[in-house]
Amino acid sequence: MPATVTPEQLPPEPITQPAVPVPAGIPGRRPATQTEVLLSAVPGLGHLVRGEWVPGMLLLFGWGFTLSLAFLTRAKIGAVFTARRLPIDALVAVATLAVTALLLWAWAFRDLAVKSRRQKRLHGDSQWSIAARHFRKNRLAIAGLAVMLLLYLVTLVTPLIAPFDPAEQGNIILSRYLAPSLEHLMGTDKFGRDIFSRVLYGARISLSIGFIAVGISITLGTLIGAFAGYFGGIVDGILMRFTDMMLSFPRLVLLIVVIALFEPSIYIVVIVLGLTGWMGTARLVRGEVLSLREREFVQAARALGMGDWRIIFRHVIPNTMAPVIVSATLGIGQTILTEASLSFLGLGVQPPTPSWGNMVSDGRDALVNAWWIATFPGLAIVVTVVAFNLLGDGLRDALDPRLRT
Amino acid sequence: MIGYLIRRVLGAIPLLLGILTIIFFIIHVAPGDPTARFMNPNVSPRVIEQMRHNLGLDQPLHIQYVKWLWSFIRGDFGYSFGLQQPIGQILPGILWNTLQLTLVALVMIFVVGMLVGIVQAVRQYSLADNVLSFVALFFYSMPSFWFALMLILLFSLKANQLLAMHPSWGWLGWFQFPASGMTSVGYEYLGFGGKVADRFKHIFLPAVALGIGNAAGVARYMRGSMLEVIHQDFIRTARAKGLSERAVIFKHALRNALIPIITLLGLYLPFLLSGAVLVETIFGWPGMGRAIVDAILQRDYPMVMATSFVIAAMVVLGNLLSDVLYAVVDPRIRTE
Repeated sequence: MPATVTPEQLPPEPITQPAVPVPAGIPGRRPATQTEVLLSAVPGLGHLVRGEWVPGMLLLFGWGFTLSLAFLTRAKIGAVFTARRLPIDALVAVATLAVTALLLWAWAFRDLAVKSRRQKRLHGDSQWSIAARHFRKNRLAIAGLAVMLLLYLVTLVTPLIAPFDPAEQGNIILSRYLAPSLEHLMGTDKFGRDIFSRVLYGARISLSIGFIAVGISITLGTLIGAFAGYFGGIVDGILMRFTDMMLSFPRLVLLIVVIALFEPSIYIVVIVLGLTGWMGTARLVRGEVLSLREREFVQAARALGMGDWRIIFRHVIPNTMAPVIVSATLGIGQTILTEASLSFLGLGVQPPTPSWGNMVSDGRDALVNAWWIATFPGLAIVVTVVAFNLLGDGLRDALDPRLRT
Repeated sequence: MIGYLIRRVLGAIPLLLGILTIIFFIIHVAPGDPTARFMNPNVSPRVIEQMRHNLGLDQPLHIQYVKWLWSFIRGDFGYSFGLQQPIGQILPGILWNTLQLTLVALVMIFVVGMLVGIVQAVRQYSLADNVLSFVALFFYSMPSFWFALMLILLFSLKANQLLAMHPSWGWLGWFQFPASGMTSVGYEYLGFGGKVADRFKHIFLPAVALGIGNAAGVARYMRGSMLEVIHQDFIRTARAKGLSERAVIFKHALRNALIPIITLLGLYLPFLLSGAVLVETIFGWPGMGRAIVDAILQRDYPMVMATSFVIAAMVVLGNLLSDVLYAVVDPRIRTE
């Protein structure tokens, strides 16, 4: 009996859909009219007229905030240009303000005039653009990113927005231990210094220490992990035993041992934090490299006669970057916590320089009658670390294909 | 299994020796000297010289190292410069103080963390899940020393003030804890039950400060592991058999979800020891964390070596414990 197959018996045609939908231009966008583009002279107004409320309001508020900040601090800005010695700090702040305002303006124009006219893209999506799309859906992660950007922006314009000099001591009788008020938003400490200004300046210290230390440890960890994984054998054995050894000692204790032995200073803290934080990254990268080493593209590179160094730096390391970025983001949060702990113990940033850790430590003596001294710097740490953790989690979800939902 | 254990313990020995050697050389090379605190204009340099000679600090470094290594291998930790006592006698007491704190914190971490994680997993994407996730992240991101200060502020200082103002509020006594130390003034005269209660009151705040961040971490792991199990076939089978939801969750799902959590037990030990440095300093708890900081600051070399050894050994033991527990709980894991 000939096997006749009627159409009914055939399995239904599988509905083929691309795993990730290719974006068709920018959906629901009509090109901007001339007036709308002209209205964007005030960023956000053009968007608002088109009924795009969220970007419109964000742009408008951002722009308004930048301008009013520039207006309110016009005296300080003027002083920057008339000062005899050029204050680099304040100059950077003014430049940041100007660049922020210009960027907002440029973005508003570009968004309306250029992006809406752009044709649908024909080429495929890269790993990064897929990740970016997943990341954008994660509201908490976006919030983390926003807080992080805001924090770095604030560190740049601190000299303009800090109401007082962080080291300025007030009248020892009249202005010490003042409770939070409109003049001193977070109160004053035992020397009459303004806590709010000190928290702002402390943000610079904490964020830059976190950033630089993690930069050092990420670089070191990636190199060690890549060499161990790529060369294998005895190199792997030695490097990984060393990593295990460093890992089998609590980091804080190791840090205390090393720092207590030198004069504590910001530089020592940064370097030592960087040199003791690379182990996790090294293990992560080694694991990735072990599997990358056997992939076809690496073997093809080898067959083409490329040297080991070129293969490592051009082909292997770039492919391990996704998990490294995640661990760096989470690492900055952890490093800020560790730095605060060290400063709290008196082994980190030294007292006249404000850092969140040593400010909490200052507040410890006056906990009963001046709770604000210890509370606000601690809250600043919590907010910062929460932001970095949210961002890191969001990046992890976006960059790891297994975690995408 | 026994062979595996022996191999692991033997493998840990070079690791420990390596750490101790590095620390030995770092502390000896660094500037500073244990006799520095006796230096003042009234003490002649010859006396200091004699002290250095008595402590053996005038010998070349490699000789000191060999001497230290030899007595260390024989189990002799030496004599603490700072406390003027044999370390072998004082170390067990200090270690026990820290262990009390760490064990209470550990129990708290796992009980709280697991409960929160289970609730979150069972009610995935509900309001409770989202709120608990955020709260956990908040505690996870919190510096333990700051949280400790806030606990002291609220549950010790403010509670005391309130109690003094309103003596009739007896219930407030439940929320009032001592701010520092291990025992109250009249501790020696309490009965056994009173002693236990007193110790618990003293240990509660430090343990919470030490554990809350890690509890949040456990909750995250527990949620993930529970969710993974809940979506497996045997859970559907259990539901299909008509078992009650409670039996499904606690008898079938929980047991399997616990496997990855148990390994955390050993891995949290180093975190707790790190945290103990800060928490013990704040709460005036005479344990390892404070001992090591004091020893380093006083350049009390034998004490630094002894405390470092204990901490490193506990970390290695913790790792071993987590691997062994993993193999015991999950028969699918082979130690070979």
